[in-house]
Amino acid sequence: MALNQENTMSQQQLKRNFMELTSRMTKSEAIEESNRCLYCYDAPCIKACPTSIQIPNFIKKIASGNMKGSATTILEANPIGASCARVCPTEELCEGACVLNSSTKPIKIGELQRYATDWAVETNAQLFKQGQSNGQKVAIIGAGPAGLSAARELSRFGYQVTIFEAESKAGGLGSYGIVSFRLPNEVVDWEVEQIEKLGVEIKTNTTVGVDISAEEILEQYDSVILAVGMGAVPNLGIEGEDLDGVHDAIEFVRKTKMGTLTKDIVGKRVAVIGAGNTAIDGATCAVRLGADNVQILYRRTQKEMTAYKFEYEFAKQDGVEFKWLTAPKKIIGNESGEVVGIECTKMKLGEAGADGRQRPEEIEGSNFIIEVDAVIKAIGQTRFVTLIEAFGLQHTNGVVDIDEATMQTSNDKVFACGDVVFGNGQGEAMVVTAVQQGKDAAYKIYERLRKPSEIA
Amino acid sequence: MADLRIDLAGIKSPNPFWLASAPPTNSGYQVQRAFEAGWGGAVWKTLGDPILNVSSRFAAVSFNGQRVAGFNNIELITDRPLEVNLQEIYETKKRFPHHAIIASLMVEPKQEKWHEIVKRVEDVGVDGLELNFGCPHGMAERGMGSASGQVPELVEKQTYWVKEAAKTPVIVKLTPNITDITATAEAATRGGADAVSMINTINSLAGVDLDTWNTVPHVAGKGAHGGYCGPAVKPIALNMVAECARNPLINVPISGIGGISNWQDAAEFILMGATGVQVCTAAMHHGFSIVEDMIDGLNNYLDDKGIASVMDLVGRSVSRYSNWGDLDLNYKIVAEINNDVCINCNKCHIACEDTSHQCIDLYSEDGRPMLKVREEDCVGCNLCSIVCPVDGAITMVERKSSIPPMTWNERQTLISSLSK
Repeated sequence: MALNQENTMSQQQLKRNFMELTSRMTKSEAIEESNRCLYCYDAPCIKACPTSIQIPNFIKKIASGNMKGSATTILEANPIGASCARVCPTEELCEGACVLNSSTKPIKIGELQRYATDWAVETNAQLFKQGQSNGQKVAIIGAGPAGLSAARELSRFGYQVTIFEAESKAGGLGSYGIVSFRLPNEVVDWEVEQIEKLGVEIKTNTTVGVDISAEEILEQYDSVILAVGMGAVPNLGIEGEDLDGVHDAIEFVRKTKMGTLTKDIVGKRVAVIGAGNTAIDGATCAVRLGADNVQILYRRTQKEMTAYKFEYEFAKQDGVEFKWLTAPKKIIGNESGEVVGIECTKMKLGEAGADGRQRPEEIEGSNFIIEVDAVIKAIGQTRFVTLIEAFGLQHTNGVVDIDEATMQTSNDKVFACGDVVFGNGQGEAMVVTAVQQGKDAAYKIYERLRKPSEIA
Repeated sequence: MADLRIDLAGIKSPNPFWLASAPPTNSGYQVQRAFEAGWGGAVWKTLGDPILNVSSRFAAVSFNGQRVAGFNNIELITDRPLEVNLQEIYETKKRFPHHAIIASLMVEPKQEKWHEIVKRVEDVGVDGLELNFGCPHGMAERGMGSASGQVPELVEKQTYWVKEAAKTPVIVKLTPNITDITATAEAATRGGADAVSMINTINSLAGVDLDTWNTVPHVAGKGAHGGYCGPAVKPIALNMVAECARNPLINVPISGIGGISNWQDAAEFILMGATGVQVCTAAMHHGFSIVEDMIDGLNNYLDDKGIASVMDLVGRSVSRYSNWGDLDLNYKIVAEINNDVCINCNKCHIACEDTSHQCIDLYSEDGRPMLKVREEDCVGCNLCSIVCPVDGAITMVERKSSIPPMTWNERQTLISSLSK
């Protein structure tokens, strides 16, 4: 692999591996690209954006040199617009819908959005104002994209908003879950700061259920928004999961965002279990931490993989190998309790399951061992069931049940949005969807305030 | 291989592409480089009594990221001594005997001044003279350039004085800063001009700096109007050439100038009556080498059309240019949208809906967005096809009329004959 010629990588070299990969457009590039936009009427890019950013307008404003207006247009619709400029799967959304796909090539909407929001980050312009107090208090659990988005909108409506965040920093997935080389911390920090500037109080290091109870919150606030996202990676349920060298992908990525980068992976052979977005993040982080070889093991095939195409391409470019139809059976350790290998079995695709995807079936006697020094588990995320139940909310396998029209849970004072409502065919796992749901929850709360008579 | 040689009122050049009198033709060094690059002729930067120039001279207008859509200058005529220019003209002509060198001249409107300068430049072997009655800035404040060029009597008289002394063909370069350019073109013809050239630059202010509130360009915080040229002025120039070409009183060749950037522009001017063209802004934007494609493209075009000589192309569209009153009122075209090619930017719909005749319907068919023209309401304005970014998505098609052709003029004649 290209990134780890030497076994002894300095902290500086590692840090360089985690710097933002793509550089910002230059002014000339931005002007040229923005002038290429057709300024469609009833533009499909707007419809494809979950937050409905008025894309042709913000692009036109870049072309006219109205940078403040451009950034405002983006951030008005999407309070996490600087992060989304970097993490959105744009080819599936706005850029995928661009009419120029049918004639030349789509406008680089994501890059233009970054160009405009970077202007806002750098000039630190205050673009929004806190609304006049309406005397109502809202508690938001979780300072991730959904919670922050809801907080920004509620604050503009005049609510007194308090966010409870278990981590030491706000930002959620942006701060802890998305790899730095795609989303640097400074961008998320700025977005959080903008929301704090609107008078939103963020109580970090505050775990609901530990530092404050669900009952207290329900009692003290007029409305509650549950936006806690998802938890750690579940167990594989195979032998050897406790060995030294077995990592939870979420935790593994999180550590790369916490300052000093570990040198433990330098020169190691790494197996990643799973082929979703987090698996790609875990694998590419391992490469950047100096791993000698990184393989993604997936029990299905490329077709069923949930990672986006651009993520797959990116991982391949980073030198990650993909082993399809391969399932782990056992993690093998040495006498010191360190991982030395992983026993796998070959799979084949059988009948389609309930989700419509073909079920992988084990091929008898196909077991084989891959020698590895570390294993990263990335097979999904667990749910904060205890917390959900502490609020007394109905849920299905940890996915909070909501009325999608009102964002209300089984307790009509409690709204839920983001990954905590994603699953079982409900919602999407994208940051941008969480942002829109946060906005929706805020609007529903505001609507309820304005029309109390109509609320049952 | 078509014959690109032209003969404009007796001035011969290997191809119709001349550099206009402007900064690119300021010196022998430049003109010789231009001839090496392939330019067929050069009108030397205007000679006259030495002047002083200011610093900060040019400005350009960018449009939607396209640089130099228009170009503005406040530079005056040559600021080099006449002797130096004459020496360099002599040397250049000696090196390039078959290329056309035309001396652009501007002096005070006095007979002896014109006689003197004509004699001096003809002595060094120029192929022709071009009288600069067009520069709109600076010199005009001293009664020269467009100050003379805006008064038909002065144009006629000065042309006459020049013709008294000239042995080589005389081209009169006209200013567009006048209500009707045919008035001065006719005056030049009456004065004996062998040809006219047009257009010189148009009075302009390129812009205002939004931070400093200074003009663009400014000279120590002050600006003055300049002369506008470049691609933006082409339609204005083309109309003026065409108006002169179809005027029977202006029966002299025309040298076309104004925003010509490539062979296609040149061919349009030639079709509209120009015997050759002069170029400046495009060369200033890209350098002399752009003439290579001009020559190549025009040659291929003529070959494709089966035309042996560029001279056979001159004026072929002039008879198609007329007065509004001679247009057929019963001719009908309508827009037709090809939804298979359409990319659904809906620009045609909103352009028609907001700013034209509300006849393009936006609807959905099997979930697919579609556009359709309601022909009965379409006036054939072309706006939709103009804003459409995709070739072939909107075609303006002819609809046979049930009524015979009739122009406004014919209609008026008919009405008055009926009322008699």
